Amino acid sequence: MTTQEIVDSKEMKVIVFQLMDKEYAISIDVVTTIEKVLSITRVPNTPDYVKGVINLRGVVTPIVDLRQRFGLPEKEMDDNSRIIIVTTEEFDVGLVVDMANDVIDIREDSIEPQPEVVGTIESEFISGVAKVERRLLVMLNLEKVLQPIKRVSNDER
Amino acid sequence: MMDTNQYLDMFLDESKEHLQSCTEHLLELEQNPEDLAIVNEVFRSAHTLKGMSATMGYEDIADLTHKMENVLDAIRNEQIGVSTEILDVVFESVDHLEEMVMDIEEGGTGQKDVTTLVDTLNRLASGEELVAEPKTSAARPTQAAITPTASAGSVALDDFEKTVIEQSLEQNFNAYEITIELRDDCILKAARVFMLFEIFEQAGEVIKSSPHVEQLESEDFDTTFHVILLTEEAADALQGKAMKVSEVEQVTITAITRETLGASEEEEAAEKAPKQETVTPKAQKQAPVKKEDTPKKRRSTGGNSNKTIRVNIERLDVLMNLFEELVIDRGRLQSIASELHNQELNETVERMTRVSGDLQNIILNMRMIPVETVFNRFPKMVRQLARDLDKKVNLEIIGAETELDRTVIDEIGDPLVHLIRNALDHGIETPAERVAKGKSETGTITLRAYHSGNHVFIELEDDGAGVNRERVLGKAIERGIVTEEVAATLTDKQVAELILASGFSTAEAVTDVSGRGVGLDVVKSTIESLGGYISIDSKEGQGSLFQVQLPLTLSIISVMLVELDKEIYAIPLSSIIETAIIQSSDILNAHNQKVIDFRGNIVPLVDLKEIFEMEQNEEQGEFQSVVIVRKGEKLAGLVVDSFIGQQEIVLKSLGNYLQSVFAISGATILGNGQVALIVECNSLIK
Repeated sequence: MTTQEIVDSKEMKVIVFQLMDKEYAISIDVVTTIEKVLSITRVPNTPDYVKGVINLRGVVTPIVDLRQRFGLPEKEMDDNSRIIIVTTEEFDVGLVVDMANDVIDIREDSIEPQPEVVGTIESEFISGVAKVERRLLVMLNLEKVLQPIKRVSNDER
Repeated sequence: MMDTNQYLDMFLDESKEHLQSCTEHLLELEQNPEDLAIVNEVFRSAHTLKGMSATMGYEDIADLTHKMENVLDAIRNEQIGVSTEILDVVFESVDHLEEMVMDIEEGGTGQKDVTTLVDTLNRLASGEELVAEPKTSAARPTQAAITPTASAGSVALDDFEKTVIEQSLEQNFNAYEITIELRDDCILKAARVFMLFEIFEQAGEVIKSSPHVEQLESEDFDTTFHVILLTEEAADALQGKAMKVSEVEQVTITAITRETLGASEEEEAAEKAPKQETVTPKAQKQAPVKKEDTPKKRRSTGGNSNKTIRVNIERLDVLMNLFEELVIDRGRLQSIASELHNQELNETVERMTRVSGDLQNIILNMRMIPVETVFNRFPKMVRQLARDLDKKVNLEIIGAETELDRTVIDEIGDPLVHLIRNALDHGIETPAERVAKGKSETGTITLRAYHSGNHVFIELEDDGAGVNRERVLGKAIERGIVTEEVAATLTDKQVAELILASGFSTAEAVTDVSGRGVGLDVVKSTIESLGGYISIDSKEGQGSLFQVQLPLTLSIISVMLVELDKEIYAIPLSSIIETAIIQSSDILNAHNQKVIDFRGNIVPLVDLKEIFEMEQNEEQGEFQSVVIVRKGEKLAGLVVDSFIGQQEIVLKSLGNYLQSVFAISGATILGNGQVALIVECNSLIK
């Protein structure tokens, strides 16, 4: 589900969102919905980037703050903030982003390996960089970003 | 195999149901051997199973069921009587069928070598007694190991068939190997075969043919075939009769004697052995012709079965989720209506509330299934165990119709098996001991299920030896579970409950049945993990009563909602003993652990705010709200800000992303749409 084949055009649809001043993209295939900010219930004893869980139409869905996941400065959620619900084979997770800009088609051959200096986020989360017109989109490697959280702390109790 | 994958689930479900029904009716039959109506029920299940498995291409199952059917048919036509030996064989067949079905379920082929069993069934169907083998069930497995490739002459004979022949020789029957050669230009081979078999069947018993009778019927042979016949008739007369059939070229009859039986073994082992199979299906197919009363005994299908449909449990879960959405919206609608004061809106909302309440009951009930589905495997198990242990036990089941949520049903099977094994092994005494104690020879185990409040109780009562205080205490002290000083102060009930402690096993000698090192403590922990509770009452010499208390469902539970710094948490009522408001001055310090004196017990306090990484209030108030929870015998007090109230909630998982979070067992959605986390008390108590 992470990458898809569009045989003819070799184009893929991606959702573009913003964190700080950079634009990121994930394939639309893994995105279920984009939600405005909902009330989040904090889950204790989890890493900081796990904001908590929400009630997404009856399903309890964990929420990950991408800023914190990437070690970027924290920001209060505001009217522009969005939660992108992604579905992997194993689970559903919501990603908190500053802004979800649009859906665009990008050519697969426009995706290049990550250049040396792209930003501050850890390179293992990045699968490549796409150049579309004058925009630079950072493609995310969701498998790495969303490693399941096992018993994280307080084991000693 | 044909493409039947889409039907596989249905096949598996239905096969299991039919096998279960076979087992139940067989047990019933054992109690009332005269009631041939029961045989009809078993026959019906077996027949359906045969049809289904043949359609699905599981020929071994179809074959074995077919043979079993022959026996059942013979019983209901009163050709053979019901005896424990016969039932043992049929039970074993059902066991094998179950194994095969399980194999298919696990992705296997459902194949299994059941040759010996098939032979036994054939023999039974033909009305022979199992005289020479009083302990058939014990003897059979070893035979199975050695027989598969044995062969004899033109017709392959396995040890079992040899035994059959030997036995009939002893009873002054003749055993013949008959070789029939049809004319080369024979047109109606199948018809000739049929006529010949008619003659043979009238004369005696065909125990084997080569090639197999089905191949013979489909003319899948050259011109010659062989038959092994047990008969009282002389060879000459038989040959004369056989030769009268048209298109028969030659009939050669060789007598099988004990010598040839023995001698044949080595020389024929080298020859190619046709797949051993027996000829009795033929006899079965002829049965309707011979016995006029058979057709009317064919069952009238259906009648008492309810009309049901199968629904995947996941669909019910989806339904449940959607319904919860509706409940949340209903709540919003109610609050809007109360603001608007519109008469018509109010009435509509009220109606909707009522309807959705009914809907909720129905949806919850759909997930409930009778505890019978767990209980129904016990009678057979008890029967078998009692035989293994040489004990006499009567199992009574009361309240099998009691309903429990599927989630619980799936989990309680194993603990109950363990308890029953324990009762049979350690509880019920041997018949001799029982008589010496002035009890009836047959012990009684009662399995009882009933609802009470929000719980289901399952009780297992036996009238066996009960818990021997001295022995249990001795062992507990030896194992270091209690100290001698403590031991003296324990009540009988407390002593009895020691056998649930981990590391405890009273069996002096380790037996097959229970006492395999994993003691009743496993039962206890399983039941506790389900939010249940187990207790024991025992009177020495009179028996024991194990009582298991379980929540009605694991998907909807009762909780106490508590507030912690504006956050709401749910604590399962099954863990809560009571709530209390204590004075801060009553909190004592022991080894850096805050404790309180709660009704004479020293109970450690757990600060939930600290556990849940919240900011501590600098100064605590004069009073503190405490929820006293338990894990087994141990208590703890959870300090919270305030109690909100008791509520029924729907248990939700946190999903696979948050795989395990300390002290949180799941989540639920509150009426206002917010998620509240459920506190797992077990991990808070050491």
